This record gives sequence, structure tokens and C-alpha cells, in this order.
Amino acid sequence: MPYNPALVAPMREEMTHMGARELITAGEVDSTLGDQRGTLLVFINSVCGCAAGNARPALRLALQHGVKPQQVVTVFAGQDLDATARARQYFAEYQPSSPSMALLRDGEVVHFVHRHQIEGRSPQSIAADLTAAFDRHFGAAV
Amino acid sequence: MSGHVFHPGHQAFHGVTVVLETRGPRTYVGRFDVQDERGVHLHDVGVYDATAAGMSKAEFLRRCDRFGIRPEHRDLLVAADEVTEIRRLVDVISA
Repeated sequence: MPYNPALVAPMREEMTHMGARELITAGEVDSTLGDQRGTLLVFINSVCGCAAGNARPALRLALQHGVKPQQVVTVFAGQDLDATARARQYFAEYQPSSPSMALLRDGEVVHFVHRHQIEGRSPQSIAADLTAAFDRHFGAAV
Repeated sequence: MSGHVFHPGHQAFHGVTVVLETRGPRTYVGRFDVQDERGVHLHDVGVYDATAAGMSKAEFLRRCDRFGIRPEHRDLLVAADEVTEIRRLVDVISA
């Protein structure tokens, strides 16, 4: 069952304030991830404490880096159920977890950050891994 | 992050994905909940069985790290006298 919208509103706003576009429906996911071109980061948002304390702050830090994805989109696990399920179909090779992040280039997942790589780590440490992945996979495209 | 408690008021590993070694052939990878007199309670647990696996334990753990943990148990209690070591998955991978 989805969470109270009022509860998750600040968690959504934190994402949009850093430039992420919310994908609320499966159709919006398909229109973004289907035949995707360029570089894209998909953030699987969550009410989990490690989303608030670790993952979202880490992404905000990482997006200050010179090399970054051309687009950042987000779906909210436990809230936008259809959109989240559809997004996960685009990286079905990876076990679902939230929060998590998928980095795509021309429709191919080139890097994935699982929840276990987020939990208990500082935002700075996660951001360092993210920016290294941006440099490695997105460097030539930006 | 030595000394860091991920969820204040809980045990240090609470909410963290760990590798739990046992006296037997099985190694468990899952999210630590709590450790009490009965043993260690884990969620969303993948299992490596050295007597049955077609891959090495190192390869199993590497795949868990890269692709995530494929859970065989939603909830699992590993008996206290079976547990020999508990480490964070990310620490095992980076070692």
C-alpha cells in the first residue's frame, strides 16, 4: 500500500530540487526509458532512512561534478508502484532494492548502485563512487 | 565508518547487508535485523551452499555485489551456535 502522500512529499521535492524529473506512471517510464538515447540516471527513491541520510544527499553532491548524466529521473518505490515496477523491467538483470540507482547509456545499464552499497556509508563516499562512474561511463558524452 | 550506528537505538549491523558465515557449508547474505539469544535474524537472504554450488563463494559474493542479492528466504533465523562471523558485504568485497 502506498504511503501517505503528505509524508513522501518532501522526499519527492528533494529530488526535483536537484533537477530530477519524476516518473509517476508506467507510461512516463516507457516514454523515457524506451529507446533511450544519451546518458541517464534513474534514482529509485524510498522512504528508507538510507535514502534520506545517504542516497539523496550523495546524488545531490555527485550532480555538482563536471561530468554527469544528461538526464536524471526518479521513481518512488512503495509509492508509485506501477512506475517503479516498469522501471525495474528495464534493468531486470539487477535484483530490486531501494534506494538504488541505475546509470544508463543509450538504453544499456552501465553501472548500478544497490542499496547494500548505500546503507551505512557517508554521502561523500557514495558520491565519490558515483562521480567515478560518471567519469568512466559518461565522460565522452557530456 | 567504524563505530557508526546506521539506525540509532539498534545494533550496529541493523539494516545493513551482511555476509554471515556458519560452521557448516552455508554462507548467508542478507539484511541484518537483530542478534539475540536465539541467533541472528536476517531479511531477504541469499544462500551459498559449498556442497551444491556451481561457483566459488568468492564468485557468488561478487555476483551479489554486482547484481544484488537474489533472496531465497524473506526472513531467516540462523541459530546462535551456527554463526562464526558476520561482516558487511561491502567490506568483504573490498577486502
